[in-house]
Amino acid sequence: MASSTVPRTTVVRSSAQPGGREEHALEVENIVKRFETAEGTVTAVDGFSLSVAPGEFLSVIGPSGCGKSTLFNIIGGLMGGYEGRVTVSGETISGTHPAIGMVFQEESTFPWRTVIENVAFPLEIIGMDKRARQMRARHFIAMVGLDGFELRFPSELSGGMRQRVSIARTLASEPRILLMDEPFAALDEQTRLLLGDKVLQIQQDLRQTTLLITHNITEAVQLSDRVLVMTYRPGRLKRVVKIDLPHPRDSEVISSDAFGRYVAEIWHDLRVEASLGMHEDESRARNEKSKR
Amino acid sequence: MRRAFADTRFGPPAVGVASLLLALALLEALIAAGVINGFIVPRPSQIIAAIPRIIVEEDVLDRFLQTALEALWASLLLTVVGIGLGMLLFRFRLLRLATETWVAALASAPVVLMYPLFLVIFGRSATTIVMIGFAAGLSPVILKTVEGFAGTRKVLLDVGRSFRLTNTQLFHKILLPAALPTIFVGLRLGLIFAMINIVGVEFLINFGGLGQLINELAERYDLPGTYGAIFFVVLVSVVFFFCAERIERWLRPGM
Repeated sequence: MASSTVPRTTVVRSSAQPGGREEHALEVENIVKRFETAEGTVTAVDGFSLSVAPGEFLSVIGPSGCGKSTLFNIIGGLMGGYEGRVTVSGETISGTHPAIGMVFQEESTFPWRTVIENVAFPLEIIGMDKRARQMRARHFIAMVGLDGFELRFPSELSGGMRQRVSIARTLASEPRILLMDEPFAALDEQTRLLLGDKVLQIQQDLRQTTLLITHNITEAVQLSDRVLVMTYRPGRLKRVVKIDLPHPRDSEVISSDAFGRYVAEIWHDLRVEASLGMHEDESRARNEKSKR
Repeated sequence: MRRAFADTRFGPPAVGVASLLLALALLEALIAAGVINGFIVPRPSQIIAAIPRIIVEEDVLDRFLQTALEALWASLLLTVVGIGLGMLLFRFRLLRLATETWVAALASAPVVLMYPLFLVIFGRSATTIVMIGFAAGLSPVILKTVEGFAGTRKVLLDVGRSFRLTNTQLFHKILLPAALPTIFVGLRLGLIFAMINIVGVEFLINFGGLGQLINELAERYDLPGTYGAIFFVVLVSVVFFFCAERIERWLRPGM
Protein backbone atom coordinates (compact mmCIF):
# COMPACT_ATOMS: atom_id res chain seq x y z
CA MET A 1 0.00 0.00 0.00
CA ALA A 2 1.68 3.19 -1.12
CA SER A 3 1.13 6.20 0.99
CA SER A 4 3.08 9.22 2.11
CA THR A 5 2.68 12.18 4.40
CA VAL A 6 3.11 15.38 2.44
CA PRO A 7 4.12 18.82 3.74
CA ARG A 8 1.33 21.28 3.18
CA THR A 9 3.10 23.47 0.64
CA THR A 10 4.46 20.65 -1.50
CA VAL A 11 2.90 20.10 -4.90
CA VAL A 12 1.86 16.47 -4.99
CA ARG A 13 3.15 15.07 -8.25
CA SER A 14 1.07 12.50 -10.01
CA SER A 15 2.33 9.01 -9.48
CA ALA A 16 1.07 8.12 -12.96
CA GLN A 17 3.90 10.13 -14.46
CA PRO A 18 6.81 10.25 -12.07
CA GLY A 19 9.35 13.04 -12.31
CA GLY A 20 8.91 16.78 -12.20
CA ARG A 21 8.91 17.71 -15.91
CA GLU A 22 5.77 16.01 -17.20
CA GLU A 23 2.78 18.14 -18.13
CA HIS A 24 -0.10 17.82 -15.75
CA ALA A 25 -3.69 18.09 -16.86
CA LEU A 26 -4.42 20.14 -13.78
CA GLU A 27 -2.17 21.69 -11.20
CA VAL A 28 -3.22 23.56 -8.07
CA GLU A 29 -0.42 25.39 -6.30
CA ASN A 30 -0.40 26.65 -2.77
CA ILE A 31 -4.02 27.78 -2.63
CA VAL A 32 -4.97 29.95 0.34
CA LYS A 33 -8.53 31.15 0.76
CA ARG A 34 -9.76 33.32 3.62
CA PHE A 35 -13.28 34.47 4.41
CA GLU A 36 -14.23 37.51 6.42
CA THR A 37 -16.92 36.60 8.97
CA ALA A 38 -18.55 38.32 11.94
CA GLU A 39 -16.11 36.40 14.21
CA GLY A 40 -13.08 37.53 12.19
CA THR A 41 -11.02 36.08 9.35
CA VAL A 42 -11.47 32.36 8.77
CA THR A 43 -8.90 30.50 6.68
CA ALA A 44 -10.83 27.84 4.77
CA VAL A 45 -7.97 26.45 2.66
CA ASP A 46 -4.33 26.92 3.61
CA GLY A 47 -1.50 26.18 1.22
CA PHE A 48 -3.22 23.35 -0.61
CA SER A 49 -1.52 21.91 -3.66
CA LEU A 50 -2.18 19.00 -5.99
CA SER A 51 -1.59 17.88 -9.52
CA VAL A 52 -3.56 15.50 -11.69
CA ALA A 53 -2.03 13.58 -14.59
CA PRO A 54 -3.93 13.18 -17.86
CA GLY A 55 -6.42 10.33 -17.54
CA GLU A 56 -5.97 10.04 -13.79
CA PHE A 57 -8.86 9.74 -11.30
CA LEU A 58 -7.96 11.70 -8.19
CA SER A 59 -10.14 12.13 -5.12
CA VAL A 60 -9.88 14.75 -2.43
CA ILE A 61 -11.43 13.58 0.81
CA GLY A 62 -11.95 15.44 4.04
CA PRO A 63 -14.41 15.99 6.88
CA SER A 64 -17.33 18.41 6.58
CA GLY A 65 -16.16 22.00 6.81
CA CYS A 66 -12.58 21.34 5.67
CA GLY A 67 -12.88 23.56 2.60
CA LYS A 68 -13.54 20.86 -0.02
CA SER A 69 -16.33 22.80 -1.73
CA THR A 70 -14.25 26.00 -1.55
CA LEU A 71 -11.51 24.13 -3.38
CA PHE A 72 -14.04 22.85 -5.93
CA ASN A 73 -15.29 26.39 -6.58
CA ILE A 74 -11.75 27.77 -6.88
CA ILE A 75 -10.63 25.10 -9.35
CA GLY A 76 -13.88 25.43 -11.31
CA GLY A 77 -13.41 29.20 -11.50
CA LEU A 78 -16.57 30.07 -9.60
CA MET A 79 -14.69 31.64 -6.69
CA GLY A 80 -12.02 34.31 -6.83
CA GLY A 81 -10.08 36.24 -4.20
CA TYR A 82 -7.61 33.49 -3.32
CA GLU A 83 -3.84 33.22 -3.19
CA GLY A 84 -2.02 30.62 -5.25
CA ARG A 85 -2.39 29.37 -8.79
CA VAL A 86 -4.54 26.96 -10.80
CA THR A 87 -3.10 25.76 -14.11
CA VAL A 88 -4.61 23.62 -16.85
CA SER A 89 -1.99 21.94 -19.05
CA GLY A 90 0.51 24.54 -17.89
CA GLU A 91 -1.75 27.54 -18.58
CA THR A 92 -2.65 29.62 -15.53
CA ILE A 93 -6.40 30.15 -15.38
CA SER A 94 -8.65 32.52 -13.52
CA GLY A 95 -12.39 32.12 -13.76
CA THR A 96 -14.19 29.33 -15.57
CA HIS A 97 -12.31 27.46 -18.28
CA PRO A 98 -13.71 25.36 -21.16
CA ALA A 99 -11.29 22.55 -20.28
CA ILE A 100 -12.99 22.04 -16.91
CA GLY A 101 -16.46 20.51 -16.71
CA MET A 102 -18.22 20.66 -13.35
CA VAL A 103 -20.71 18.26 -11.79
CA PHE A 104 -22.39 19.67 -8.71
CA GLN A 105 -23.44 18.06 -5.44
CA GLU A 106 -26.89 19.62 -5.57
CA GLU A 107 -29.46 18.47 -8.12
CA SER A 108 -28.74 20.76 -11.05
CA THR A 109 -30.78 19.66 -14.05
CA PHE A 110 -32.97 22.33 -15.62
CA PRO A 111 -36.54 21.26 -14.76
CA TRP A 112 -38.02 23.05 -17.79
CA ARG A 113 -35.88 21.06 -20.23
CA THR A 114 -36.22 17.42 -21.25
CA VAL A 115 -33.31 15.04 -20.72
CA ILE A 116 -32.04 15.55 -24.27
CA GLU A 117 -32.43 19.33 -24.03
CA ASN A 118 -30.54 19.31 -20.73
CA VAL A 119 -27.67 17.27 -22.14
CA ALA A 120 -27.57 19.36 -25.33
CA PHE A 121 -27.46 22.60 -23.31
CA PRO A 122 -23.69 23.28 -23.52
CA LEU A 123 -23.79 22.49 -27.26
CA GLU A 124 -26.67 24.93 -27.73
CA ILE A 125 -24.60 27.60 -25.98
CA ILE A 126 -21.69 27.17 -28.37
CA GLY A 127 -24.12 27.50 -31.29
CA MET A 128 -24.12 23.93 -32.62
CA ASP A 129 -27.11 23.29 -34.90
CA LYS A 130 -30.05 21.40 -33.45
CA ARG A 131 -29.61 18.17 -35.41
CA ALA A 132 -25.92 17.82 -34.60
CA ARG A 133 -26.33 18.66 -30.93
CA GLN A 134 -29.21 16.22 -30.51
CA MET A 135 -27.10 13.47 -32.06
CA ARG A 136 -24.22 14.28 -29.72
CA ALA A 137 -26.54 14.49 -26.75
CA ARG A 138 -28.01 11.06 -27.57
CA HIS A 139 -24.49 9.61 -27.53
CA PHE A 140 -23.83 10.88 -24.00
CA ILE A 141 -27.31 9.93 -22.81
CA ALA A 142 -26.60 6.37 -23.95
CA MET A 143 -23.22 6.53 -22.24
CA VAL A 144 -24.84 7.18 -18.85
CA GLY A 145 -27.45 4.49 -19.56
CA LEU A 146 -30.47 6.74 -20.01
CA ASP A 147 -31.41 5.88 -23.58
CA GLY A 148 -35.19 5.76 -23.87
CA PHE A 149 -35.58 8.67 -21.43
CA GLU A 150 -34.59 11.44 -23.86
CA LEU A 151 -37.99 13.12 -23.88
CA ARG A 152 -38.69 12.85 -20.16
CA PHE A 153 -38.50 15.87 -17.88
CA PRO A 154 -36.31 15.73 -14.73
CA SER A 155 -39.45 15.67 -12.55
CA GLU A 156 -40.22 12.26 -14.08
CA LEU A 157 -36.83 10.80 -13.10
CA SER A 158 -35.30 9.47 -9.87
CA GLY A 159 -32.50 11.33 -8.06
CA GLY A 160 -29.85 8.96 -9.45
CA MET A 161 -31.15 9.38 -13.01
CA ARG A 162 -31.12 13.18 -12.66
CA GLN A 163 -27.52 13.08 -11.48
CA ARG A 164 -26.68 10.95 -14.53
CA VAL A 165 -28.31 13.64 -16.71
CA SER A 166 -26.04 16.22 -15.04
CA ILE A 167 -22.98 14.07 -15.69
CA ALA A 168 -24.00 13.53 -19.34
CA ARG A 169 -24.57 17.28 -19.74
CA THR A 170 -21.08 18.03 -18.45
CA LEU A 171 -19.53 15.26 -20.60
CA ALA A 172 -21.33 16.67 -23.66
CA SER A 173 -19.21 19.80 -23.39
CA GLU A 174 -16.21 17.44 -23.75
CA PRO A 175 -14.08 18.89 -20.96
CA ARG A 176 -10.49 17.74 -20.61
CA ILE A 177 -10.96 17.63 -16.86
CA LEU A 178 -14.09 16.45 -15.06
CA LEU A 179 -14.49 18.14 -11.68
CA MET A 180 -17.11 16.58 -9.40
CA ASP A 181 -18.26 17.83 -6.00
CA GLU A 182 -19.84 14.99 -4.03
CA PRO A 183 -22.08 14.11 -6.97
CA PHE A 184 -23.63 11.12 -5.21
CA ALA A 185 -24.09 12.71 -1.78
CA ALA A 186 -27.89 12.86 -2.03
CA LEU A 187 -28.26 9.26 -3.21
CA ASP A 188 -28.76 6.02 -1.31
CA GLU A 189 -25.79 3.67 -0.87
CA GLN A 190 -26.83 1.14 -3.54
CA THR A 191 -27.47 3.80 -6.18
CA ARG A 192 -24.22 5.43 -5.18
CA LEU A 193 -22.25 2.21 -5.79
CA LEU A 194 -23.95 1.53 -9.12
CA LEU A 195 -23.50 5.11 -10.27
CA GLY A 196 -19.86 4.85 -9.18
CA ASP A 197 -19.52 1.87 -11.55
CA LYS A 198 -21.01 3.96 -14.33
CA VAL A 199 -18.66 6.89 -13.70
CA LEU A 200 -15.68 4.55 -13.52
CA GLN A 201 -16.66 2.87 -16.78
CA ILE A 202 -17.03 6.25 -18.52
CA GLN A 203 -13.74 7.46 -17.06
CA GLN A 204 -11.99 4.34 -18.29
CA ASP A 205 -13.63 4.51 -21.74
CA LEU A 206 -12.85 8.20 -22.26
CA ARG A 207 -9.59 8.24 -20.30
CA GLN A 208 -11.17 11.27 -18.68
CA THR A 209 -9.03 13.17 -16.21
CA THR A 210 -11.23 13.37 -13.14
CA LEU A 211 -11.03 15.17 -9.83
CA LEU A 212 -13.61 14.07 -7.30
CA ILE A 213 -14.32 16.02 -4.11
CA THR A 214 -15.98 13.77 -1.56
CA HIS A 215 -16.40 12.91 2.09
CA ASN A 216 -17.21 9.28 1.33
CA ILE A 217 -14.23 6.95 1.85
CA THR A 218 -15.78 3.95 0.04
CA GLU A 219 -16.54 6.09 -2.98
CA ALA A 220 -13.04 7.57 -3.02
CA VAL A 221 -11.31 4.17 -2.83
CA GLN A 222 -13.71 2.53 -5.31
CA LEU A 223 -13.09 5.16 -7.97
CA SER A 224 -9.66 6.66 -7.54
CA ASP A 225 -6.07 6.13 -8.57
CA ARG A 226 -5.01 8.38 -5.70
CA VAL A 227 -6.79 9.82 -2.68
CA LEU A 228 -5.70 13.08 -1.03
CA VAL A 229 -6.78 13.42 2.59
CA MET A 230 -7.48 16.95 3.87
CA THR A 231 -7.22 18.24 7.40
CA TYR A 232 -10.13 19.85 9.19
CA ARG A 233 -10.23 23.67 9.02
CA PRO A 234 -8.07 25.17 7.66
CA GLY A 235 -8.03 22.66 4.81
CA ARG A 236 -4.49 21.42 4.25
CA LEU A 237 -3.12 18.35 2.56
CA LYS A 238 -2.59 15.69 5.20
CA ARG A 239 -1.73 12.56 3.26
CA VAL A 240 -1.73 10.99 -0.19
CA VAL A 241 -2.85 7.40 -0.61
CA LYS A 242 -2.16 5.64 -3.88
CA ILE A 243 -4.89 3.08 -4.62
CA ASP A 244 -3.28 0.02 -6.18
CA LEU A 245 -6.45 -1.86 -6.98
CA PRO A 246 -6.68 -3.54 -10.39
CA HIS A 247 -8.33 -1.91 -13.43
CA PRO A 248 -10.92 -2.24 -14.93
CA ARG A 249 -12.64 -1.84 -11.59
CA ASP A 250 -16.27 -1.98 -10.49
CA SER A 251 -18.23 -1.99 -7.23
CA GLU A 252 -17.34 -5.70 -6.68
CA VAL A 253 -13.95 -4.40 -5.58
CA ILE A 254 -15.42 -3.32 -2.25
CA SER A 255 -15.48 -6.94 -1.10
CA SER A 256 -11.72 -7.37 -1.49
CA ASP A 257 -9.32 -7.35 1.47
CA ALA A 258 -7.15 -4.68 -0.13
CA PHE A 259 -10.16 -2.39 -0.44
CA GLY A 260 -10.90 -2.81 3.25
CA ARG A 261 -7.31 -2.00 4.14
CA TYR A 262 -7.38 1.22 2.08
CA VAL A 263 -10.64 2.26 3.69
CA ALA A 264 -9.23 1.57 7.16
CA GLU A 265 -6.04 3.47 6.40
CA ILE A 266 -7.87 6.54 5.14
CA TRP A 267 -10.35 6.41 8.01
CA HIS A 268 -7.46 6.29 10.46
CA ASP A 269 -6.33 9.71 9.18
CA LEU A 270 -9.77 11.10 8.62
CA ARG A 271 -11.08 10.11 12.03
CA VAL A 272 -8.84 12.60 13.81
CA GLU A 273 -9.95 15.39 11.49
CA ALA A 274 -13.63 14.47 11.63
CA SER A 275 -13.44 14.41 15.47
CA LEU A 276 -11.92 17.89 15.45
CA GLY A 277 -14.78 19.10 13.27
CA MET A 278 -17.38 17.46 15.49
CA HIS A 279 -15.89 18.98 18.67
CA GLU A 280 -15.73 22.41 17.08
CA ASP A 281 -19.37 22.16 15.96
CA GLU A 282 -20.39 21.13 19.49
CA SER A 283 -18.49 23.95 21.18
CA ARG A 284 -19.92 26.47 18.69
CA ALA A 285 -23.44 25.23 19.41
CA ARG A 286 -22.73 25.45 23.16
CA ASN A 287 -21.41 29.01 22.81
CA GLU A 288 -24.42 30.08 20.77
CA LYS A 289 -26.76 28.57 23.35
CA SER A 290 -24.99 30.37 26.24
CA LYS A 291 -25.13 33.67 24.29
CA ARG A 292 -28.91 33.28 24.00
CA MET B 1 -51.19 -0.64 -10.32
CA ARG B 2 -54.36 1.44 -10.85
CA ARG B 3 -53.87 5.13 -11.37
CA ALA B 4 -55.29 7.32 -8.64
CA PHE B 5 -58.48 9.14 -9.70
CA ALA B 6 -56.75 12.47 -8.93
CA ASP B 7 -54.10 11.66 -11.55
CA THR B 8 -56.54 10.98 -14.39
CA ARG B 9 -57.19 13.65 -17.01
CA PHE B 10 -60.88 14.12 -16.33
CA GLY B 11 -60.98 13.20 -12.62
CA PRO B 12 -60.28 16.62 -11.03
CA PRO B 13 -62.53 18.63 -13.45
CA ALA B 14 -65.35 16.10 -12.93
CA VAL B 15 -65.06 16.44 -9.14
CA GLY B 16 -64.98 20.25 -9.55
CA VAL B 17 -68.20 20.32 -11.60
CA ALA B 18 -69.87 17.83 -9.25
CA SER B 19 -68.94 19.98 -6.21
CA LEU B 20 -70.36 23.10 -7.88
CA LEU B 21 -73.60 21.33 -8.75
CA LEU B 22 -73.85 19.99 -5.21
CA ALA B 23 -73.34 23.49 -3.75
CA LEU B 24 -76.00 24.94 -6.07
CA ALA B 25 -78.44 22.14 -5.20
CA LEU B 26 -77.81 22.77 -1.49
CA LEU B 27 -78.39 26.51 -1.94
CA GLU B 28 -81.59 25.81 -3.89
CA ALA B 29 -82.82 23.54 -1.10
CA LEU B 30 -81.95 26.05 1.65
CA ILE B 31 -83.81 28.86 -0.17
CA ALA B 32 -86.79 26.59 -0.88
CA ALA B 33 -86.89 25.63 2.80
CA GLY B 34 -86.85 29.32 3.79
CA VAL B 35 -83.51 29.07 5.64
CA ILE B 36 -82.09 31.70 3.26
CA ASN B 37 -84.28 34.64 2.27
CA GLY B 38 -85.27 34.19 -1.40
CA PHE B 39 -85.84 37.96 -1.80
CA ILE B 40 -82.17 38.64 -1.08
CA VAL B 41 -80.56 35.59 -2.64
CA PRO B 42 -82.30 34.28 -5.76
CA ARG B 43 -82.52 30.55 -6.37
CA PRO B 44 -79.77 29.10 -8.61
CA SER B 45 -82.53 27.82 -10.93
CA GLN B 46 -83.81 31.41 -11.31
CA ILE B 47 -80.28 32.67 -12.04
CA ILE B 48 -79.79 29.98 -14.70
CA ALA B 49 -83.18 30.86 -16.22
CA ALA B 50 -82.20 34.57 -16.28
CA ILE B 51 -79.01 33.97 -18.28
CA PRO B 52 -80.66 33.51 -21.73
CA ARG B 53 -82.85 36.57 -21.01
CA ILE B 54 -79.93 38.89 -20.18
CA ILE B 55 -77.99 37.56 -23.17
CA VAL B 56 -80.86 38.60 -25.49
CA GLU B 57 -82.15 41.73 -23.74
CA GLU B 58 -79.01 43.20 -22.12
CA ASP B 59 -76.34 42.72 -24.77
CA VAL B 60 -74.29 40.57 -22.42
CA LEU B 61 -71.93 39.29 -25.10
CA ASP B 62 -70.89 42.81 -26.16
CA ARG B 63 -70.43 43.81 -22.53
CA PHE B 64 -68.53 40.57 -21.87
CA LEU B 65 -66.16 41.41 -24.74
CA GLN B 66 -65.72 44.97 -23.51
CA THR B 67 -64.79 43.86 -19.98
CA ALA B 68 -62.57 41.10 -21.41
CA LEU B 69 -60.82 43.62 -23.67
CA GLU B 70 -60.20 45.98 -20.75
CA ALA B 71 -58.87 43.04 -18.72
CA LEU B 72 -56.64 42.06 -21.65
CA TRP B 73 -55.14 45.55 -21.91
CA ALA B 74 -54.61 45.66 -18.15
CA SER B 75 -52.92 42.23 -18.24
CA LEU B 76 -50.64 43.29 -21.09
CA LEU B 77 -49.63 46.40 -19.16
CA LEU B 78 -49.13 44.32 -16.02
CA THR B 79 -46.93 41.87 -17.92
CA VAL B 80 -44.75 44.49 -19.58
CA VAL B 81 -44.53 47.12 -16.85
CA GLY B 82 -44.89 44.85 -13.80
CA ILE B 83 -42.30 42.29 -14.89
CA GLY B 84 -40.05 45.10 -16.15
CA LEU B 85 -40.15 46.90 -12.81
CA GLY B 86 -39.65 43.60 -10.99
CA MET B 87 -36.53 42.94 -13.06
CA LEU B 88 -35.26 46.42 -12.29
CA LEU B 89 -35.77 45.94 -8.56
CA PHE B 90 -34.04 42.56 -8.70
CA ARG B 91 -31.10 44.00 -10.64
CA PHE B 92 -30.56 47.00 -8.36
CA ARG B 93 -30.53 45.85 -4.76
CA LEU B 94 -30.51 49.35 -3.32
CA LEU B 95 -33.63 50.22 -5.30
CA ARG B 96 -35.29 47.02 -4.08
CA LEU B 97 -34.47 47.65 -0.43
CA ALA B 98 -35.59 51.26 -0.75
CA THR B 99 -38.95 50.59 -2.42
CA GLU B 100 -40.06 47.04 -1.65
CA THR B 101 -42.11 48.07 1.39
CA TRP B 102 -43.84 50.78 -0.61
CA VAL B 103 -44.66 48.39 -3.40
CA ALA B 104 -46.09 45.92 -0.89
CA ALA B 105 -48.13 48.72 0.72
CA LEU B 106 -49.60 49.54 -2.69
CA ALA B 107 -51.22 46.08 -2.73
CA SER B 108 -53.43 47.00 0.23
CA ALA B 109 -54.29 50.49 -1.04
CA PRO B 110 -57.93 50.85 -2.15
CA VAL B 111 -56.98 51.98 -5.66
CA VAL B 112 -60.61 51.84 -6.78
CA LEU B 113 -61.41 54.82 -4.54
CA MET B 114 -59.00 56.92 -6.54
CA TYR B 115 -61.30 56.73 -9.57
CA PRO B 116 -62.09 60.48 -9.49
CA LEU B 117 -58.39 61.22 -9.99
CA PHE B 118 -58.20 58.77 -12.90
CA LEU B 119 -61.38 60.34 -14.37
CA VAL B 120 -59.69 63.74 -14.29
CA ILE B 121 -56.56 62.35 -15.97
CA PHE B 122 -58.08 59.97 -18.56
CA GLY B 123 -61.71 61.14 -18.81
CA ARG B 124 -64.80 58.91 -18.61
CA SER B 125 -63.38 56.24 -20.89
CA ALA B 126 -62.18 52.67 -21.08
CA THR B 127 -58.62 53.99 -20.52
CA THR B 128 -59.58 55.03 -16.98
CA ILE B 129 -60.91 51.54 -16.28
CA VAL B 130 -57.82 49.85 -17.76
CA MET B 131 -55.44 52.13 -15.84
CA ILE B 132 -57.20 51.52 -12.51
CA GLY B 133 -57.13 47.77 -13.16
CA PHE B 134 -53.44 48.02 -14.02
CA ALA B 135 -52.58 50.11 -10.93
CA ALA B 136 -54.47 47.69 -8.68
CA GLY B 137 -52.70 44.61 -10.06
CA LEU B 138 -49.19 46.05 -10.33
CA SER B 139 -47.93 45.34 -6.84
CA PRO B 140 -48.17 41.51 -6.78
CA VAL B 141 -46.64 41.26 -10.25
CA ILE B 142 -43.60 43.32 -9.21
CA LEU B 143 -43.14 41.53 -5.89
CA LYS B 144 -43.51 38.04 -7.34
CA THR B 145 -41.15 38.86 -10.21
CA VAL B 146 -38.49 39.94 -7.71
CA GLU B 147 -39.16 36.82 -5.64
CA GLY B 148 -38.95 34.59 -8.72
CA PHE B 149 -35.58 35.92 -9.83
CA ALA B 150 -34.13 36.09 -6.32
CA GLY B 151 -35.32 32.55 -5.59
CA THR B 152 -33.49 30.97 -8.53
CA ARG B 153 -31.36 28.15 -7.13
CA LYS B 154 -27.69 29.16 -7.01
CA VAL B 155 -26.57 25.82 -8.40
CA LEU B 156 -28.46 26.47 -11.66
CA LEU B 157 -26.63 29.76 -12.07
CA ASP B 158 -23.36 28.00 -11.23
CA VAL B 159 -24.07 25.47 -13.99
CA GLY B 160 -24.56 28.39 -16.39
CA ARG B 161 -21.34 30.02 -15.23
CA SER B 162 -19.45 26.75 -15.55
CA PHE B 163 -20.55 26.64 -19.21
CA ARG B 164 -19.33 30.25 -19.55
CA LEU B 165 -22.70 31.80 -20.36
CA THR B 166 -22.78 35.54 -20.93
CA ASN B 167 -24.99 37.60 -18.61
CA THR B 168 -27.66 37.83 -21.34
CA GLN B 169 -27.58 34.06 -21.88
CA LEU B 170 -27.69 33.51 -18.13
CA PHE B 171 -30.83 35.63 -17.99
CA HIS B 172 -32.63 34.11 -20.99
CA LYS B 173 -31.56 30.50 -20.54
CA ILE B 174 -31.66 30.13 -16.76
CA LEU B 175 -32.94 33.06 -14.68
CA LEU B 176 -36.11 33.72 -16.65
CA PRO B 177 -37.31 30.12 -17.08
CA ALA B 178 -36.48 29.38 -13.43
CA ALA B 179 -38.44 32.43 -12.26
CA LEU B 180 -41.44 31.94 -14.57
CA PRO B 181 -43.65 29.87 -12.23
CA THR B 182 -43.39 32.52 -9.49
CA ILE B 183 -43.86 35.35 -12.02
CA PHE B 184 -47.05 33.66 -13.21
CA VAL B 185 -48.32 33.44 -9.64
CA GLY B 186 -47.85 37.22 -9.51
CA LEU B 187 -49.60 37.68 -12.85
CA ARG B 188 -52.58 35.61 -11.70
CA LEU B 189 -52.82 37.61 -8.47
CA GLY B 190 -52.46 40.84 -10.44
CA LEU B 191 -55.21 39.72 -12.78
CA ILE B 192 -57.54 39.00 -9.87
CA PHE B 193 -56.93 42.49 -8.43
CA ALA B 194 -57.31 44.03 -11.90
CA MET B 195 -60.61 42.21 -12.61
CA ILE B 196 -62.15 43.24 -9.28
CA ASN B 197 -61.21 46.86 -9.93
CA ILE B 198 -62.22 46.87 -13.61
CA VAL B 199 -65.72 45.62 -12.82
CA GLY B 200 -65.87 47.88 -9.76
CA VAL B 201 -65.02 51.01 -11.76
CA GLU B 202 -67.41 50.06 -14.58
CA PHE B 203 -70.03 49.82 -11.83
CA LEU B 204 -69.03 53.13 -10.21
CA ILE B 205 -68.71 55.30 -13.31
CA ASN B 206 -71.52 53.47 -15.12
CA PHE B 207 -69.40 53.04 -18.22
CA GLY B 208 -69.89 49.98 -20.49
CA GLY B 209 -68.98 46.38 -19.66
CA LEU B 210 -70.38 43.91 -17.19
CA GLY B 211 -69.93 46.24 -14.20
CA GLN B 212 -72.39 48.73 -15.69
CA LEU B 213 -74.84 45.91 -16.42
CA ILE B 214 -74.63 44.69 -12.81
CA ASN B 215 -75.31 48.27 -11.68
CA GLU B 216 -78.35 48.61 -13.97
CA LEU B 217 -79.83 45.22 -13.03
CA ALA B 218 -79.30 45.87 -9.32
CA GLU B 219 -81.00 49.27 -9.66
CA ARG B 220 -84.00 47.46 -11.18
CA TYR B 221 -83.86 44.92 -8.35
CA ASP B 222 -83.49 42.17 -10.97
CA LEU B 223 -81.55 39.88 -8.64
CA PRO B 224 -81.49 36.74 -10.86
CA GLY B 225 -80.23 38.98 -13.72
CA THR B 226 -77.62 40.60 -11.41
CA TYR B 227 -76.25 37.22 -10.34
CA GLY B 228 -76.41 36.04 -13.98
CA ALA B 229 -74.22 39.04 -14.95
CA ILE B 230 -71.82 38.20 -12.10
CA PHE B 231 -71.59 34.71 -13.59
CA PHE B 232 -70.23 36.33 -16.79
CA VAL B 233 -67.64 38.26 -14.74
CA VAL B 234 -66.49 34.93 -13.33
CA LEU B 235 -66.42 33.60 -16.88
CA VAL B 236 -64.03 36.40 -17.94
CA SER B 237 -61.70 35.40 -15.10
CA VAL B 238 -61.96 31.72 -16.04
CA VAL B 239 -61.03 32.51 -19.65
CA PHE B 240 -58.05 34.60 -18.55
CA PHE B 241 -56.86 32.03 -16.05
CA PHE B 242 -57.15 29.28 -18.63
CA CYS B 243 -55.12 31.33 -21.15
CA ALA B 244 -52.51 32.23 -18.51
CA GLU B 245 -52.10 28.56 -17.62
CA ARG B 246 -51.70 27.58 -21.29
CA ILE B 247 -49.11 30.30 -21.89
CA GLU B 248 -47.23 29.25 -18.74
CA ARG B 249 -47.15 25.59 -19.83
CA TRP B 250 -45.95 26.65 -23.27
CA LEU B 251 -43.21 28.90 -21.89
CA ARG B 252 -42.22 26.63 -19.04
CA PRO B 253 -42.76 22.94 -19.86
CA GLY B 254 -41.93 20.14 -17.44
CA MET B 255 -44.02 21.36 -14.53
